[in-house]
Amino acid sequence: MNLKEKLAELKEQGLAEIKEAKDLKKINDIRVSLLGKKGPITEVLRGMRDLSAEERPKVGQFANAIRDELTQALADKKDEIEVIKMAKKLEKETIDVTLPGVPVTTGNTHIITQIIDQIEKLFLGMGFQVVDGPEVEEDHYNFEMLNLPQDHPARDMQDTFYITEKILMRTQTSPVQARTMEKHDFSKGPLKMISPGKVYRRDTDDATHSHQFHQVEGLVIDKHITMADLKGTLQLIARTIFGEDREIRMRPSYFPFTEPSAEIDVSCFKCNGKGCSVCKYTGWIEVLGAGMVHPNVLEMAGVDSNVYGGFAFGLGPDRFAMLKYGVDDIREFYLNDVRFLSQFSQKG
Amino acid sequence: MKVSTKWLNDYVKVDDLAVEELAEKIERTAVEVDETYRLEEGLKKIVVGKTLEVVKHPDSDHLNICQVDVGEDEPIQIICGAPNIAANQKVIVALSGARIAGNVKIKRGKMRGQVSNGMICALQEIGFSESVVPKEYADGIYVLPESAVPGEPVYNYLGMDEDIIDVDVTPNRGDMLSMRGVARDVAAVYGRELTLPVGTVNEDDGLHIKDYLSVKADKELAPAYKLRVIDNVTVKPSPMWLQKRLWNAGVRPINNVVDVTNYILMDYGQPLHSFDYNKINSKELVVRLAEQGEKITTLDDQERELQSGDIVITNGKDPIALAGVMGGANTEVDDNTTTVVLESAMFDSSSIRKTSRRENIHSEASMRFERGINRGTIEEALDYAANLIAELGDGKVATGIAQEQDIDVQDTTVEISLEKINNVLGTDLSVADVTDIFERLGFKVEENAGEFVVNVPPFRWDISIPADLIEEVARIYGYDNIPATLPVGPTTPGHYTYEQQVIRNTRAILEASGLTQAISYGLTTKVKAERFAFEPAMKSTELDFPMSSDHTTVRMNLISGLLDDVSYNKARKVENVALYEQGRVFFRDEDSERPREVEHVAAAMTGLIEDATWHDKKRPVDFYVIKGIVQNLLDKVGVGSRVVYTATAEHEEMHPGRTANIYIDGEFIGFVGEVHPTLAKEYNLDRVYVFELDLQKVMELSKDLEVYEPVSKFPAIKRDIALLVAEDIQNSDIIKTIKENGGANLASVNIFDVYAGEKIDLGFKSLAYTLTFENKERTLTDDEVNKAFDKVVNKLQENYKAVIR
Repeated sequence: MNLKEKLAELKEQGLAEIKEAKDLKKINDIRVSLLGKKGPITEVLRGMRDLSAEERPKVGQFANAIRDELTQALADKKDEIEVIKMAKKLEKETIDVTLPGVPVTTGNTHIITQIIDQIEKLFLGMGFQVVDGPEVEEDHYNFEMLNLPQDHPARDMQDTFYITEKILMRTQTSPVQARTMEKHDFSKGPLKMISPGKVYRRDTDDATHSHQFHQVEGLVIDKHITMADLKGTLQLIARTIFGEDREIRMRPSYFPFTEPSAEIDVSCFKCNGKGCSVCKYTGWIEVLGAGMVHPNVLEMAGVDSNVYGGFAFGLGPDRFAMLKYGVDDIREFYLNDVRFLSQFSQKG
Repeated sequence: MKVSTKWLNDYVKVDDLAVEELAEKIERTAVEVDETYRLEEGLKKIVVGKTLEVVKHPDSDHLNICQVDVGEDEPIQIICGAPNIAANQKVIVALSGARIAGNVKIKRGKMRGQVSNGMICALQEIGFSESVVPKEYADGIYVLPESAVPGEPVYNYLGMDEDIIDVDVTPNRGDMLSMRGVARDVAAVYGRELTLPVGTVNEDDGLHIKDYLSVKADKELAPAYKLRVIDNVTVKPSPMWLQKRLWNAGVRPINNVVDVTNYILMDYGQPLHSFDYNKINSKELVVRLAEQGEKITTLDDQERELQSGDIVITNGKDPIALAGVMGGANTEVDDNTTTVVLESAMFDSSSIRKTSRRENIHSEASMRFERGINRGTIEEALDYAANLIAELGDGKVATGIAQEQDIDVQDTTVEISLEKINNVLGTDLSVADVTDIFERLGFKVEENAGEFVVNVPPFRWDISIPADLIEEVARIYGYDNIPATLPVGPTTPGHYTYEQQVIRNTRAILEASGLTQAISYGLTTKVKAERFAFEPAMKSTELDFPMSSDHTTVRMNLISGLLDDVSYNKARKVENVALYEQGRVFFRDEDSERPREVEHVAAAMTGLIEDATWHDKKRPVDFYVIKGIVQNLLDKVGVGSRVVYTATAEHEEMHPGRTANIYIDGEFIGFVGEVHPTLAKEYNLDRVYVFELDLQKVMELSKDLEVYEPVSKFPAIKRDIALLVAEDIQNSDIIKTIKENGGANLASVNIFDVYAGEKIDLGFKSLAYTLTFENKERTLTDDEVNKAFDKVVNKLQENYKAVIR
């Protein structure tokens, strides 16, 4: 057997052994025994010195090719074994992905706050400021400054919790109007504000009455504010809270601090105006009160009613929430049953 | 105010309009409509019957067997138990198959063996309200007039075929508390002709008012006070047409005198009062203020003690009526009255309001006097009424009116420009449009270059300023026709103030920590309001006249409300509760009437923070859970590094061994801990953990983010230490000692283990800390770290007799 034949035989043997190999150790063993310094190929190559100068490079080339081929075969086999090994490992690690995830406990925002947040967001975007006012108010701001002097019949419209003759639990957020107007410097621009907060009425609690509820007051005072502007603004509120397709209509009403005054109805979001139990088969739902600020209110706050004017509105987040979510008992909002509160986790 | 469209049609043509359409129009242009109805609606087979024969039922002591002519060939037999049944009466018969009030069906049946082919009805049984049924028929069947024809439906005889629109009149539209006022508005809205008959009187030449009475009335108390006398009156039931008008307006017919006063009240909106002349015992009526403590028995038989602000009508000595509110029983018109004194007046509205509120009498009269009346028809209403009483009672009206002075009645002049109207409404109305609206309303208008001078007659006394006119234009023009635009003008920034932003952030942080927002009642009991005191010196704020004993005092803490909430949940078997509330508490200083309002935030937790899952064990709430939530909140608000917790036993509502006061830079900002078990028991609760913070103070103390500190590029070296100390040694003391002695390179100290129990002597505990050393300029050597660490160890041994483990 000449060298070439020997090498060829070694190659065949090597490849056969590699093919049979089952693990990485065997691969390593084969590598060492075949290609190592003491391995047969090295030994064969040592015999090259007996070859002619002509044959030597040919055999050398041949031997190198065989070595490369075997090295490659070893590498391939190694990869093959590793892939199998990984597959086995992964199979072992398999879990039941249908088991539930670890719960993340977070709390919810109260539904009334969510409604107020939506309204605040809308009006901040329109350049309004949010103004807070006291819940324990003076009769002066809650009534008198709003064109409701003592013994005015309209005081009957709001039963009041008095603390003293002059101090009361505010019955509306409207006193914040008077307080803000008094302080506002009109030379620095128009007054655009909303004021959300709690109000109180001397009422017996039942499904539709609560001695405590919320209001959001809105007020715009400038030189050229119209009732049309009021209508457009209220339309925006209705659409923000009750959906893009809502229409509004205004009806004459009476509030001592606005003139003209209006009650605002929104087209029923349940039946789209066709008539259903939510809108009592009228297609419309009464949602808020509004009007053009009464000149007496402006003058009492030190604003020249010949130059300035504007509109005001007041809406009830409790009523909005009841309508929007079909809550039929207003007391739910203040009893804080966790099962009730947690239903409103999807923030609007 | 119940408006019969039939009555309305006498003044303005509306009988061509569907009632729904008319009601909608009223609602869209004037006042709200509560409901529209027609009494006959839903009723069936109810006819006039004539009782031909009434005999006692042999087997009953109260039933009668009646043979009733119902317009058929043969009379029918009906059993009737009404006490006032008699032969030859025209009665209301519900035939077999009839439907009466409340959707009740009438069927042929037998009563104690006798066939009954229907039912003879009382007014209530066919849908009349108890409050309008004439007294004589209140407890029995109703007897129809003799002219009623058997077999005909009863509806027309009883006015049940009239459409009624019940309007809810706002306080500014007192003019619409009358048929004439409603008619005037409807005429204006539809642009139709208004025909109001003018009330006149036929005076008797032989009778003179001065022979009966004179009047003394203060002009301030009664700007108008007018009396007429009708003599030789026979008091009897009113004719059917009048009774129908009254009960359809929601008023009970009484007798021809009282009914006329009520009829005129509904027609003109002018309250009238009738006295029995012979009971007055004087020839002079005096209107004056009551004396404090003076007494009067009113028509409802209530004795009332008067106050000095009340206006009374007197016979010169004793009160005979509470002016404008209710008459006195001592001068009431009754069946024997022959001489009637009729009063038409106008009283000071604010006095009337005070009296009616205090006495809780909200009569048709007081309601109108409070809202004002038409000065223009005080006398006309009196004349009309006097004439009608004379006519219906076969009496004579004495010549002349008794009064001290006449009232000056003038139009109110208001000026306004077209420009102003369009500027306020955002409309583009013309002079012609506006003039037309004013004229339809019955106002007299002069216009010059867009400037209107409007003379408003006294029937619209609510109009006195330009804004009132703008409202009239808006509503008649139609709110629907006003365009929808948005305000234009200088741009203004819209943003939260710093405090508003922090408050809103606080909510987000606590919700991320697993707490749900509660909104509790701001009014609570005095006991609950005063618990968990922040400022013990502060006084509570109490309602003067609370509605319920549960809500009498303005809250001074938020925890009490949250405990109510937790307790409410527990009672409904919700065991795991984690709630927070952000809101105001109210502290009153000794000398102030109005409390300070302080923003607080609080939380209450009970049960499990996490229930057991297939993955994790359950996690019960404990002190350290809620403390972690507080600390996270304070961290996020930017004050966390300056917070100090100290054990406290000073809050009596809190567990003395499990409560910490919280301070920032030495200022008290709140507390955290477990509610005292005794108090928890009061709420039926087991262990409840709470905190409450003065959010306002936190905001005042919080600062903007300090300048950024670069992260060290050199490796940190950590050293652990475990030590055995007496169990009463507090972690905070050890941390303090470590920090004070750890040198400049000590970056942080963390406790990672606390242990007491097995393998540890009783009275001792084991604490383990990791100390992290770091230098921002260079790598630390083991030597210098060891040196610093040893110093710490020595100090701990020295200060706390700590045994290093």
